[in-house]
Amino acid sequence: MLYREVGQYKSSYAADMAVFPILQDRIGVAVILLVAFVVLPLVSSNFLLNTVLIPFLIFSLAAIGLNLLTGYTGLLSLGTGAFMGVGAYACLKLTTFFPNVDVIVWILASGFVSAAVGVLFGLPSLRIKGFYLAVATLAAQFFLEWCFIRIPWLYNYSVSGAIEVPLRTFMGVPITGPNATALTRYLIVLSIVVALTWVASNLVHGRIGRMWMSVRDMDLAAELIGIRLFHAKLLAFAVSSFYCGVAGAMMVFLWYGGAEADVFAIDQSFLVLFMVIIGGLGTLIGSFFGAALIYILPIALRTIPSAFGLPIRPAAAEQLTFVIVGALIIMFLVVEPNGLARLWQIGKQKLRVWPFPY
Amino acid sequence: MHILYQIFVDPFVQMGTAPDLLVQTLWDGLVAGVLYALIALGFVLIFKASGVFNFAQGIMVVFAALTLVGLHEHGVPAFVALGLTIVVMFVLAFGVERLMLRPLINQSEIILFMATFGLTYFLIGFGQLVFGGSPKVMIAQELYLPSGAFRLKGLGGFVSLQKIDIAAVIIASIMVAVLAVFFQRTRIGRALRAVADSHQAALSVGISLEQIWVIVWFAAGVVALTTGIMWGARSEVSFSLQIIALKALPVLILGGFTSIPGAIVGGLIIGIGEKLGEFYWGPLLGGGIETWLAYVIALGFLVFRPQGLFGEKIIERI
Amino acid sequence: MRAPSSNEAALGEILLAVEDVSLSFGGVRALAGVSFDIRKGEVRAIIGPNGAGKTSMLNVVNGFYRPQSGRITFKGEVRTSMRPYAAARGGIARTFQNLALFRGMTTLDNILAGRTLKMHRGFFWQLLRHGPALKEEVEHRRRVEEIIDFLEIAAIRKIQVGRLPYGLQKRVELGRALAMEPDLLLLDEPMAGMNLEEKEDMSRFIIDVNQQYGTTVALIEHDMGVVMDLSDRVVVLDYGRKIADGTPDEVKRDKDVIRAYLGEPQ
Repeated sequence: MLYREVGQYKSSYAADMAVFPILQDRIGVAVILLVAFVVLPLVSSNFLLNTVLIPFLIFSLAAIGLNLLTGYTGLLSLGTGAFMGVGAYACLKLTTFFPNVDVIVWILASGFVSAAVGVLFGLPSLRIKGFYLAVATLAAQFFLEWCFIRIPWLYNYSVSGAIEVPLRTFMGVPITGPNATALTRYLIVLSIVVALTWVASNLVHGRIGRMWMSVRDMDLAAELIGIRLFHAKLLAFAVSSFYCGVAGAMMVFLWYGGAEADVFAIDQSFLVLFMVIIGGLGTLIGSFFGAALIYILPIALRTIPSAFGLPIRPAAAEQLTFVIVGALIIMFLVVEPNGLARLWQIGKQKLRVWPFPY
Repeated sequence: MHILYQIFVDPFVQMGTAPDLLVQTLWDGLVAGVLYALIALGFVLIFKASGVFNFAQGIMVVFAALTLVGLHEHGVPAFVALGLTIVVMFVLAFGVERLMLRPLINQSEIILFMATFGLTYFLIGFGQLVFGGSPKVMIAQELYLPSGAFRLKGLGGFVSLQKIDIAAVIIASIMVAVLAVFFQRTRIGRALRAVADSHQAALSVGISLEQIWVIVWFAAGVVALTTGIMWGARSEVSFSLQIIALKALPVLILGGFTSIPGAIVGGLIIGIGEKLGEFYWGPLLGGGIETWLAYVIALGFLVFRPQGLFGEKIIERI
Repeated sequence: MRAPSSNEAALGEILLAVEDVSLSFGGVRALAGVSFDIRKGEVRAIIGPNGAGKTSMLNVVNGFYRPQSGRITFKGEVRTSMRPYAAARGGIARTFQNLALFRGMTTLDNILAGRTLKMHRGFFWQLLRHGPALKEEVEHRRRVEEIIDFLEIAAIRKIQVGRLPYGLQKRVELGRALAMEPDLLLLDEPMAGMNLEEKEDMSRFIIDVNQQYGTTVALIEHDMGVVMDLSDRVVVLDYGRKIADGTPDEVKRDKDVIRAYLGEPQ
């Protein structure tokens, strides 16, 4: 009853092709943005911001990056962790060389470095397909991991071998380092993620999104309608790595505050891949759903039982997460291979006719 | 100029001047290669018969080894534990077929591949929950596996061959031979090959896909157990083994996804290539290149032969 | 039924010329020294028994297969090795026997995909979408809607093509090819698997495309009735060789053609 399109006529193609053609959807998005920018800052504790919201946003961005490559273009990548790492180390070097330039600029610029590396390691995709390509991305992952450890210049020769994030401010407010409040960091991360999500949405709804999906669905046919495969694939690697790079830079600078190289190990690649699979390949909203589920689940497992008085050891909680995530993946693939995003879509369909059954 | 010398001349000079070290490195590479080949073998079995790329093969190795050691820790005698572990692997195969393969029977390969990701995570969590996450020692002695080493004098120095390594090579060879005979000569082997070719055709001649899948996943499980025992005996049983198991992927690329001899040859090439690379060229780059060298080698091959050395050329018909 | 046109000169200059093309796969001879031409504005049928090499011929024209010998001249230019996307850019569009649709996308998106070559707004504008990129999308959407109306598939435009019945999928594929506004349209068994009504619809579309838009059509077809009705000229292949070339009436009566289809008289 609420979610009806009755009376909403599209009198132009532009209106029909809008990202959120249904009025209720537009209202929904506005509400979400309002909650994110205004309500949450007012009510959230530091714990909520630091442990839930900020990482959720960062992982969502990484998931969007991987989704663009694997979900929209069909190029399976196991190198997400490494590309995130490239962004983080690039940001460190850039802000070390130019400490007076806003670190936010460098966070975004590090995406470009990551994009370049992504294109380099994406070159094999011109010859190699499917699982074989996944192995090529593994080469990128392991090689870059090795670089992160073995090239001391990358982590500014710090004795610990880890990235030590220098103190930076934005318009007088500290945003990195111990003085940066969780709220400040949250708002910056939120702004960046919202902006980049908007950009990703623009891309996938237009000719570039169609180009990628054509390559995914049948690359021979894509060539036939005039798409140059190498252009499409390398662009996918570039844009995807950009997003992962920015996510990685934000992870180190605006969340952890420092990082060791193993943060960008292959486990991270798997984690983001699971987010994308469960969330829904080839959807943007799925990236958010997947990040929410995969990231929040272990936290829920840790905190909720103790709220009921049944403490679980943190190690056991993590292991239980593995078990549940693993089982969830299989279950999702059986029940709904298109992930949470499809369930959401089906839900909306049902909502359209609610309270009638059909 | 100097760098060219360092890359193209120096390592070979080193090889020549210390042939005992060369043989040692070759032997170590061979042993590693054999173990990689065993993991790859598990992949090939499953891929041949069910078309599924079983990403969980590596964790099956760890899981099998853990189960064995875990049971023994709880007081079960070694060989009984071995028998029980084999039963566990059968139950696992059965479970996988029922809960994962059957529901996903018509889905695309990529979906099945991702399902094995899920299986991997599940087994990691489950294994850790039940057996704990800390590394364990393989019960090599209790299984009457040899220890110690032969020191062979010669070639200007000496070469040390660990007895367990020799045992590993022998056992692996026997296993491969058995599997090869099984595939080629027995009725079930024939059925497996039929299923690998076409599920529908196999069904139409009355082959039960479900039975074949259980058999093949069980066989892969036994191979995994063997690998786990050997590998665990050489170092230790820990979850880091799962990452090493990813090395089977470059092996598969070289050897093709459906060829048993290919898995062997691929394994040897990767194992030996990796060890030689690390020992002679590694120091140039600061060491530790073993972590990625195998993948880069595979990548190099892929660029020239996208279907691998032994793989079947993919002919796309439009 | 359309009146057969017998005046070759009225059909225009040669658009595509295939000269002495031979193609082999390993030991299998798909095409052996085939030569024919396609004139601008005509409907050219390529027929022959199964395995005659018809699809291989189209694949060569398209750039999928590289012939071992011979050459193709398109729009006056000799093309020895043509990549598929170069063929597309040159103005050749194609449909397939087994359908080559983008199954994950809607009908509308599939046909819009056909407009790829005509969309020029660069990456930067795509990032913003609002503004020039959206204007371009709307403009092309308009053209695509014309094609959708022409093919009478307006009702299914927002449906994912993977869910459509076979006959409609074939129409969508035709729509995608038409969206490219090609000079030469290659149709590989467009009527395969269709019932009588669907065949009549498809025939009507092909005729309209040829007469309204002036598109040159080359089609592979098994249904002789369709071939006779639609085409201006016919080339017949058998075992990779050309055995007849002429108007439908001429070809129908050719002894070699009859022998190829029906075998030797007993």
